[in-house]
Amino acid sequence: MTTLHPGDVDLRCSVAGVELPNPLMTASGCAAAGRELHQFVDVSSLGAVVTKSVMEAPRSGRGTPRMAETPSGMLNSIGLQGPGIEGFLEHDLPWLRAVGARTVLSIAGVSVAEYAQLARRLRRVLGIVMVEVNISCPNVEDRGQVFACDPGAAAAVIGAVRAELRPEVRVLAKLSPDVTDVVAVARSVVAAGADGLTMINTMLGMAIDTDTMRPVLAGTTGGLSGPAIRPVAVRCVYQVRAALPQVPIVGVGGVRSGRDALELMLAGADAIQLGTVLFHDPNAPVRIADELRAELATRGVSKLADVVGHAHRLGVT
Amino acid sequence: MPVQVTAEVLSLARVGDYHHLTLAAAGVAEDARPGHFVGLAVGGLPGDGVTPWLSRRAFSIYRARPTGTATGTVEVVFAANGAGTRWLASRRPHDQVDVIGPLGRPFALPGEPVTCVLVGGGYGAAPLLTLAERLRGRGCPVHVAIGAATARRLFGALDARRSAVAVTVTTEDGSAGERGRVSDVLPDVLQRSGAEVIYACGPMGMLRAVAELATTSGVHCQVAVEEAMACGFGVCMTCVLPVVGSDGLTRMTRACVEGPVFRGDQVRWDAIGPRGAAVPRDCVGAPAVGPSAGGGH
Ligand SMILES: Cc1cc2nc3c(=O)[nH]c(=O)nc-3n(C[C@H](O)[C@H](O)[C@H](O)COP(=O)(O)OP(=O)(O)OC[C@H]3O[C@@H](n4cnc5c(N)ncnc54)[C@H](O)[C@@H]3O)c2cc1C
Ligand SMILES: Cc1cc2nc3c(=O)[nH]c(=O)nc-3n(C[C@H](O)[C@H](O)[C@H](O)COP(=O)(O)O)c2cc1C
Ligand code: FES
Repeated sequence: MTTLHPGDVDLRCSVAGVELPNPLMTASGCAAAGRELHQFVDVSSLGAVVTKSVMEAPRSGRGTPRMAETPSGMLNSIGLQGPGIEGFLEHDLPWLRAVGARTVLSIAGVSVAEYAQLARRLRRVLGIVMVEVNISCPNVEDRGQVFACDPGAAAAVIGAVRAELRPEVRVLAKLSPDVTDVVAVARSVVAAGADGLTMINTMLGMAIDTDTMRPVLAGTTGGLSGPAIRPVAVRCVYQVRAALPQVPIVGVGGVRSGRDALELMLAGADAIQLGTVLFHDPNAPVRIADELRAELATRGVSKLADVVGHAHRLGVT
Repeated sequence: MPVQVTAEVLSLARVGDYHHLTLAAAGVAEDARPGHFVGLAVGGLPGDGVTPWLSRRAFSIYRARPTGTATGTVEVVFAANGAGTRWLASRRPHDQVDVIGPLGRPFALPGEPVTCVLVGGGYGAAPLLTLAERLRGRGCPVHVAIGAATARRLFGALDARRSAVAVTVTTEDGSAGERGRVSDVLPDVLQRSGAEVIYACGPMGMLRAVAELATTSGVHCQVAVEEAMACGFGVCMTCVLPVVGSDGLTRMTRACVEGPVFRGDQVRWDAIGPRGAAVPRDCVGAPAVGPSAGGGH
């Protein structure tokens, strides 16, 4: 392999037909609606901004503590605090459009009807390139069973969203790693109309304060994120790419360097989201893009797309 | 606007039980005001990719000097209680630390030369010393009340004398000043000074006592709260507490961007306990039925 100059590496990529200048997006819930991050990095230079999951009505979220730091990661139990869809469309989307960000709207609901209603509300809304459906939410109509953990419920949500959105708005289904068979859920949501998959959401975890001898989080359990879950993300992306080689994948989970991003892309991710690393290093999107260029250059790779899924070519299962 | 920079440790000194850290950090000091804080990455620089601690540690700015050395400096005073602060306490001159700042909303200064009382608990006194200088510069007579559990955790009592008309010191064990809590002496200080404004920084229990006293005495009060933070710049939603807005509605409000300084009478102390804050029933977007089940984000 010949070594290239990092500046000659082409980071452009495409996810479900949407062209992006580079593969680095924010992860939902880790950059709010872009404004605060924009103080550090120009959010229009990102591959895309994925918003915090928006629900129909304003939500207060849970009480505190909402966060517990864990080795190379953290648990969070925010409770989907947010302004609701009207608040988002009125205050946040116009700002994202004005700065020229490619916006991926993450939506969340507690029933199939809420997801469908959110998607219907978007029918005449411009300036959203993709909708990412956060299905890691408890279904109030099924004893709080999480949609993402049941292939049938997950498909019902994705099918309802797909049916309501304009056809050119791409739908990403965001999958949970907390399932026995992630491939089964992936197949099910793709059959229901998902144009691509985002993997992975946080893993359910828990921390107990050994001084007070009680759960740390006000919500008792929380979502584990950060480098601690990266190997799980790599595994999920790899398994789904192997089973469904044509389906676009956005990889997320524990990326904190260009090397980490490359690893997920080798497993089969077409693009990458940055989550917890943004709390630690808001300039990470710029740093990681540079690192990724350097990683590719030293491997003699001039086009990012050439490494996507490369690990599968070695014939290892 | 906050900046993220690689700062250099200029000095680290023990002050009683605390550590006084001085950093050369380009661009942080220029806009820093009393009440602003910095977010420090602990365990290494972000680009090294080695630290197991991914949330930033927040520290009130003790002093900020835009000039003096080639690069502006910021100083913080901290207690080394946990892994991240112990890492910070083991830095040496010339070591590098990643800094974001200035963060948050600072104390609002009065437009008129009114008498002010500054109440600090433990390291919470640190940001009040610069505030005292600023207030004095505006012609405000300043009275300071500083309290701590014990003498080794009193900070700034001597410094405060430079800008204050009077300084009252309390320790819970009586090892310095009056025995008791700073909130015990506050009614007396308020009466003697005839103050119209209180500024407070310290543990939540102290802030609550101060805010309640201010409300009953009809004195304007600003408190700088301390909430667990992951990012410090407004994206993660971990640092919230229930605060009444100008429209009279309570919202779970981010301490890192809308605070850490709040008006004492706007914080919903009724919902805040020793372990955290509950969502008041009348909060915007509060769940209609009981607390929702646990889970992620
Ligand atoms: C606005 C603000 C200003 C502060 N100013 C000062 C100061 O001037 N001097 C000082 O000594 N301390 C200050 N603190 C508290 C300081 O941030 C914590 O002591 C520190 O984060 C503890 O880190 P650790 O790794 O040692 O503890 P650990 O317990 O290992 O930390 C684990 C996690 O909990 C968080 N955490 C733990 N304790 C606190 C706490 N008391 N407040 C907030 N987060 C906490 C940490 O950030 C980290 O994410 C301030 C906090 C805030 C929010
Ligand atoms: C504080 C926090 C809030 C999050 N909020 C959401 C959310 O609203 N919707 C969602 O789909 N994922 C949410 N996530 C999950 C992230 O988008 C991401 O899938 C996960 O954190 C793994 O990536 P990371 O390790 O890079 O953080 C949140 C994660 C964190 C840490
Ligand atoms: S600490 Fe992240 S929003 Fe305040």
